[in-house]
Amino acid sequence: MLNALRARLHQGHRTLQWPDVPAPVMPERYRGLLAFHPDKCSDACRLCADACPTDAIRPPTGPQGQGFQLDLGACLFCGACEAACPTGALHHTRDWRMAASDRAALHLTGQPLQLAGALDEKLRKLFGRSLKLRQVSAGGCNACEGDASVLTTIGFDIQRFGIDFVASPRHADGLLVTGPVTENMKLALQKTWDAVPAPKIVIAMGACAISGGPYAGHPEVHGGAESVVPVDLWLPGCPPHPLTVLDGLLRMLDRLPAARLKDVMR
Amino acid sequence: MSDKSHDELEPLGLVDLTGPHRSALVPLPIASALPLAAVEPMPWRELRSAIVAAVAYGGKLMALFGHRAAGSDSPAGSAWPDLWAVVHLGARDQVCVGRARLTAPRFDSMTPELAQAHLFEREIAEQFSIDVLHHPWLKPVRYPPQPRPVVGAVAAGGVGSGAFYEIEGPGVHEVAVGPVHAGVIESGHFRFQCWGEHVHHLEIALGYQHRGVERALESGPAQRRVHLVETVAGDTTIGHATAYARVCEAVAGTVTSGHAEGVRALALELERMANHVGDLGALAGDVGYLPTQSFCGRLRGDFLNLSQQLCGSRFGRGLVVPGGVRVGAEPSLRRELLAKLDAAVADVDEAVNLLWESASVMARFDGTGVLTKLQARELGVVGPAARASGLERDARDAFPAGTAFAWRAHWEPVTERAGDVAARTHQRAREVEQSAATIRWLVAQDDAWQGPAAVPCGTLPPDHIAVGIVEGWRGEIVHVGITAPAGGGFCRYKIVDPSFHGWSGLALAMRGQAISDFPLCNKSFNLSYCGFDL
Repeated sequence: MLNALRARLHQGHRTLQWPDVPAPVMPERYRGLLAFHPDKCSDACRLCADACPTDAIRPPTGPQGQGFQLDLGACLFCGACEAACPTGALHHTRDWRMAASDRAALHLTGQPLQLAGALDEKLRKLFGRSLKLRQVSAGGCNACEGDASVLTTIGFDIQRFGIDFVASPRHADGLLVTGPVTENMKLALQKTWDAVPAPKIVIAMGACAISGGPYAGHPEVHGGAESVVPVDLWLPGCPPHPLTVLDGLLRMLDRLPAARLKDVMR
Repeated sequence: MSDKSHDELEPLGLVDLTGPHRSALVPLPIASALPLAAVEPMPWRELRSAIVAAVAYGGKLMALFGHRAAGSDSPAGSAWPDLWAVVHLGARDQVCVGRARLTAPRFDSMTPELAQAHLFEREIAEQFSIDVLHHPWLKPVRYPPQPRPVVGAVAAGGVGSGAFYEIEGPGVHEVAVGPVHAGVIESGHFRFQCWGEHVHHLEIALGYQHRGVERALESGPAQRRVHLVETVAGDTTIGHATAYARVCEAVAGTVTSGHAEGVRALALELERMANHVGDLGALAGDVGYLPTQSFCGRLRGDFLNLSQQLCGSRFGRGLVVPGGVRVGAEPSLRRELLAKLDAAVADVDEAVNLLWESASVMARFDGTGVLTKLQARELGVVGPAARASGLERDARDAFPAGTAFAWRAHWEPVTERAGDVAARTHQRAREVEQSAATIRWLVAQDDAWQGPAAVPCGTLPPDHIAVGIVEGWRGEIVHVGITAPAGGGFCRYKIVDPSFHGWSGLALAMRGQAISDFPLCNKSFNLSYCGFDL
């Protein structure tokens, strides 16, 4: 008992201070949101598209990166395109904010990303201070699950925002779906969704749940959560960083302090 | 049933491996490949005897799978697959390959003699519509969509359907759990046969996460392969990617640098530490002991962050590639990682020691969910679960990678004896210490970190077989690749995740337990659903 108290004192208070303070800086090698510089892109080149394992890149059709598009929802953040690009037109930043409310917003061109917006007022009133989610693992690799459950540890302490994972869909306000939705999980996902009382929301976490990820096109999978349920929040990554998830949730619930909305990251 | 009964078979005795059956198995030196022609097909009866004998002499069946030969390797009109076996003879480095040719869509099960073959045989039955005669429980394994009809005693429908083992009697009842579980966990189905709280039998039915990984490795685009193996089990990214890289390097004859070996070994141990520490916290949580749960929940993240600093991803994504590693680790980075590691390990030590001195925790751990050494050996259980039951089985000892680091002079497996939850918890804690010592040793060998991070892997020649073996945090990972007749890729790629056999171990460990102890027993194994389902 005394040792437990001593350990408690020694281990200290370890919860992330963000969003009350500016965000922690990621290590140099972290592969976050991709940045595209159209002025450096040549239409004679399609090396990035050829290197991409998930065909997430549509190469430029004209000069100055015209027609170029990178689907962050299919991206595995593997760094292959950055390594293939001879001009530095495409590179990973250390910015982990990339959650979106629209699937189309994940199509990266040269424009700034339209990050997730808040739910409508009715839903915000219902969920803004208490959002209970049922997680459904619909065929992924357990990495998304790993970095979803880490949010409930003292490091992130997601419960301080009133967000938590619950054991039954009957107690839930929505689903957090991971995995590409295998044929063998399709029925279970549908039944879980049906068991959640309305109004309800769906969050698609990770490349698999958004687009099928590395399994896109396999006859064993359905290409993401939206094949079964309507999605309200898209969280790119393979897996998304816990901060990407937390940032997305807080944007959706309109819980980010105004100062954080102005943060700039490179 | 069969048109051929057991009575017609020769009795299977122990076969001296120096005798005529020796030739049934062809030695496959680690880190090299064999031409398929060097492995002569033989009747299944001969291969079966050789495998049973090899295991009786202390070996292990590492993989058994079907492959329908193609091209020059195929006899005209071969309608049925060859059965390929990879057998570890028990001693260090001794891996053998054997191949049997089927002449009909059926073969005699070796499961009655060799329990560890049971899932391999079910898998072959499912994938090739082949009857496995006298198999005690011939059910599908993964229920792929548009299934071929599974023949044999047990009928099948879609996933989760088909017969479950049942018991009957007054007060006996059945508890069905899953596929969707109460926590943030992967999907799978558990069917308990209970008498009150008492569990008589547990049957574990998986397949919900089946997403076609092996098939895609054989026929999908080449640039996706490394990402498919990284996500076989996402918490074992380094383990599976390294096994895949070793298969490619063995076939192509690529020699990786000492630097690449060092980075891979470092990343593998970080992966092990993150998972073990997370599980130690979760085990504490499952018996309601919050201090260790809270501390370890945070500390797991510290190890993931070390992986992120090393390679840009908390899960080791994008690090291991055939030929080496995508990014190296210069001495300053190695020392910085080590300093952070030492701090985290001290915190883990403090957090975990609280468990051993809490009577209420140990009362739940001690004697719960025993897997005996004999059961572990017979089922082919690997990793911490096997070592906690006293089996000294560790691929870092049996098949160390490369030659830059003198693994064998430095390294030996740690084991426990009791095989209960307490032993598996101790085992994890001791392996965390061992991993930390290993990393300190790796970082101290500055002279071994020579050469470039990666060398070109080279092209894969046709018609070869090679094996990649890695001790992932859950245990021995085995990948077997057979290269295509046209070269450049694989026509058969077999993955054996440590969980493949582990789930059967968990089911046996639950017999005679209280059903309320299931979460605790389950967490003490913490097996992979997706690694099993592929």
